[in-house]
Parts: sequence; C-alpha cells; structure tokens
Amino acid sequence: MKNTLLIIKRELGSFFQSPIFYVLTTVFLVLYSFIFQNILAFFSMQSYQAGQIQGMNIGLNLNDMVIAPSFQNMAVILLLMIPIVTMRSFSEEKKSKTITLLLSSPIHLKEIILGKFLACFLVVALMMALSSYSVMFLWMVGEPEIGPIVSGYLGLLLMTGCYISIGVFASSLTDNQIISAVISFGFMLFMWIIGWGAQSAGPNLGAVLEYLSLIDHLENFLKGIIDSSDVIYYLTFIVFGLFLTHRILDSKRWR
Amino acid sequence: MIEVENLSKFYGPRQAIKGLNFSVESGEVVGFLGPNGAGKSTTMNILCCIMPASEGSARVCGYDIFEQSLEIRKNIGYLPENPPLYQDMVVSDYLAFSAGIRGVAKSSVASARDRVLEKCGLKEVGHRIIGKLSKGYQQRVGIAQALIHDPKILVLDEPTSGLDPIQIIEIRKLIKELAESHTIILSSHILPEITQICQRVIIINEGEIAAVDSLEGLTASLRKTERLRFKPRNPSPGIVEGLKGLEKILSVTEEDDGLFQIECELESNIQDKVAELALSNQWGIVELSPLSLTLEDIFLKLTTEESEVAS
Ligand SMILES: Nc1ncnc2c1ncn2[C@@H]1O[C@H](COP(=O)(O)OP(=O)(O)OP(=O)(O)O)[C@@H](O)[C@H]1O
Ligand SMILES: [Mg+2]
Repeated sequence: MKNTLLIIKRELGSFFQSPIFYVLTTVFLVLYSFIFQNILAFFSMQSYQAGQIQGMNIGLNLNDMVIAPSFQNMAVILLLMIPIVTMRSFSEEKKSKTITLLLSSPIHLKEIILGKFLACFLVVALMMALSSYSVMFLWMVGEPEIGPIVSGYLGLLLMTGCYISIGVFASSLTDNQIISAVISFGFMLFMWIIGWGAQSAGPNLGAVLEYLSLIDHLENFLKGIIDSSDVIYYLTFIVFGLFLTHRILDSKRWR
Repeated sequence: MIEVENLSKFYGPRQAIKGLNFSVESGEVVGFLGPNGAGKSTTMNILCCIMPASEGSARVCGYDIFEQSLEIRKNIGYLPENPPLYQDMVVSDYLAFSAGIRGVAKSSVASARDRVLEKCGLKEVGHRIIGKLSKGYQQRVGIAQALIHDPKILVLDEPTSGLDPIQIIEIRKLIKELAESHTIILSSHILPEITQICQRVIIINEGEIAAVDSLEGLTASLRKTERLRFKPRNPSPGIVEGLKGLEKILSVTEEDDGLFQIECELESNIQDKVAELALSNQWGIVELSPLSLTLEDIFLKLTTEESEVAS
C-alpha cells in the first residue's frame, strides 16, 4: 500500500508539472460549460413557456432536464479526454526506460498498476470536481433533488474508472503514447456503442451486448437509481482491465 | 554471492546469451567485458530480475532469481544502461522516491537521500530538475539511485559511457570507493577501465564466456610475444633490415607516419639494443614504447584461438 501511495504521489507530481493537465482541464471545462449553459438556456425557455400556459408546470424539473443531460454530455467529453490522461502511464515509462527503476525495486507489479490507475482517476476526479460549479449554481437558483446528483456523480466516477482501466491497459501495450491514446479511444468508443448491435443481433446476444455497453449502465445512475448490478458491472470492468494490464506487463517481463 | 548456472536467454528465435556459468564472491569487483551485442546488459537484467532467463538458473545472495526475486531486488542496486531518470523531477525528490520504493523506511528516507547526495557529489544540484542536468550529473544521479538503499550488490551497466574524461575519472574514483564495501559487477567496452577497477574480468563474446581470469593472468596467458613501437627521428631505408638483424626480434613492420612495430620474444628487454642501434646509425629516437594488449587484441586472440582449437 505504501508503494502504491508513493507511485500515486509521483504520478500526480508529474501531472501537475506538465502542461497537458492544464490544457486538458481548460478544454474540458470550456466544452462542458458551453454545453451546460445551452442546456440551461433551453430549460429556462421551456419553463418560461410552460409558465405562460396554465397547468403545464408538471414534468419540468432541474434534475431531469438540466443535470441528467449535462452529465450525459460530460460522459462524452470524458471519453475524448481520458485517453490523453492515461496514455502516458506506462508508455512514457517504457519509452524513457524509467520502468526499470520500478521493475528493479522490491515492489509488486499490482502496486505499480494500482498506483497508475488511481493517479489517473484522481486527476479526472479533480476535473469533475471543478465542473461541479454548475450543480452548485443550480443549487443556488433552484431546488434540484440531491439524490440523482449524488448517484449521477457516482455513476460518472465508476464509468471514468472503466475508461481509465481501458486506457492504462492500452498504455501497457506500447511505448508510443499516440498509439496508446488511439487504442484506448477506439476501445472506449467501442464499449460505448456496443449496445447498438443489440437490435440487429438475436434476443440472447442482444441482451448480452446491451449489458456490456458502458453507457447503458449510466442511465439508472442518472435517474437516481443505484442498482447493484450496475455497480458490479462497472467494478468488474475496472478489475478486469487492470488484470489484463497485469498479464501484459508480466508476460513482457517473463519473456 | 552470485552463482550463475547455464544461463541462456532467447529474444524470440535469437539467442542473446548461451549457457553462461560463473560466480562472484562477496566483496569482489568483477568486470564484464565484451563488444556491442555480446550479452552484457542482458545478463545484468536477468540478475536484477528485470526479465527472466529462458533456461538455466542463478542465485543472488542465496535467493533464486525465479522464486525469490523480491528478496533479490531488496539486496541489489542497479544502474541500467539507460539510467532510469524521470526527467521532470527534482534530483532530491527523485532520490526520495527511489528510496521509498526500494524499501527504505520512511523515517530514514531523508538521511539516505543526503548520504547519496554527498557520496555522489550531487549536493549542489540536489534542487535542480534532472532533465536540465548535464549527462555526467545525470549518470551520477543514476548511480545515487542504485546506492540509495545501501544494497549488498551493485550492478553497473557501462557507468562511464558518454562522459567526458574528467567525469570518467571521477566516476571511476567513486566506484573504487564503493568497491570497499560492496560487491560490484560492472560492464564496459574499455579495457583500461576494467584494469583499473576490477579484480577479475569475465569476457563475453557473442553470448558466451570467452575467458574468466584476473586481468594479469589473462594478458599473460594470451601473450606469446611482446611488441614495441618505435619511431625514429630520421627515417632511412635501412631501418627494417637493421632491426631484423638484432637477436630475439621476430618481425618488424613499417606503419604509417614513420612508425615501426617490432615483435620480439617475451621478456627479451630489447629496448636497450634497439636504442643502441638507433643511435649508432643516427636514426634518432622520437618514441620507443611497449605496446600492451588492447581489447581488440584480446578478442582477436580469444576468438581465433578458439576457432583454431575447434578446427
Ligand atoms: N529487447 C530485445 N529484443 C530482441 N533482441 C534483443 C533485445 N535486447 C537485446 N537484444 C539482442 O541481444 C543481444 C545482446 O544484447 P545486449 O544488450 O545484452 O548486449 P550488450 O553486451 O549489452 O551490448 P552493448 O555493449 O551494445 O550494450 C544483441 O544481439 C541484441 O541485439
Ligand atoms: Mg549493454
């Protein structure tokens, strides 16, 4: 555990030193704010019109009409951003040969992988925390329900974990950061849209594909429902990705 | 301290090392000498448990490289061919990080860091970013990293490559100091370097051990003749003939720049005779010096002798 903490600390130090983090966070916040502001404008227009027509007040609430779609869009932006966060993790170490420092030290491979994963996770969590100004703003002007917000963040964090797990895995495959980013982006997108195959596939396979899709599991969270099957899906996904990373690095070592 | 048995390594179909056998005693300083691609770095990587051997076994400090690699890694300090330096880190942070993952207790990290900063002459650059240091200082940081947990064994892969002559001398001095309290394996292409630092040398060629010996033993056993270099001040046509007339001289060859190479019998102390002859014939003397065996000579001898035996 101590070794994992050391690795997290070093990783974060190097994140905050590199311009990548600042550029990425800025782009993320600008995109998100733009989308959020549009959604909010649309909502105020709707609720204004609804106010004009008597008795149409039902069904317009902040959670469903502003927060849920904002979070959904944030999930898309994260899909584009996370490969850039994770591409460095092992690729850079391999390229600059610093990985020999880790490999020649008396620490377990799991500790290294976990450290890399958690460091990326903290970075993205920080980006998300900065974006939460939007929710706080809604808090000040309206009365959103707290439940779906909390569960929505939980869902987003779990999904982020899956993205990062894929990204760390991709970076263990190559010493080239660009290739690493492209692989992880492709794989993330694929896991996102895999559910689209459900309609054309047979009923059994269709159900499986739908279950595998990353985005479908987010729906419940955004509605304020924490279903244990969704949580288990995300956690299994994360662990499986890290397990594959372990296999890759271990087999490279033992060959 | 280190016992290697039948160690082989395949990179795909390519065999990088072929059944190495050797051992290193506690406190010894052993040099790996070999040309590019001989398999020095591969052997070192295997001993440091960076990658596994394909065949054979090795024990370091009594631990098996396959079964107990964690114990070995606690006891070994490794400077790879490319020092594993995080270019964006400050030297002292980097060393503290290395100390941490090398298992130095939290309370003694600071003292371990200060000890190696002092020892490797890094005190003035402790606060600087590694990527901005000169190559020589980066190499020192690499060595400092290998020393940080005070390991019993140090494995240094070409510790002086790419340094200027002054830095080379300083690094060698440092290694000599370290040799007093550590078992050291180091690799090099440069014979004089090994001569100065090591008690024993293992010569590797094309993945096989060509010779294991102390350096004097090695040169002595390989030398069947002595060679001198002679440069007269006034080159004249009769020199080759004149020299050949001397006793114990086996051959004389004229090289460029008015240089002559004289091959003579062992311990013939021919210099006096050559000098007398040169002075009496008014050739003059610019240079008259014994030629020691170079790395290339040793390799040539070892490989040609082996092929002679084989054929
Ligand atoms: N990762 C690798 N994949 C494939 N072949 C490799 C790999 N590393 C080394 N080799 C091959 O194994 C052989 C031994 O290489 P090694 O690096 O051990 O040599 P070396 O003695 O350290 O040489 P140098 O003096 O150039 O450092 C070489 O022929 C090299 O091409
Ligand atoms: Mg080498």
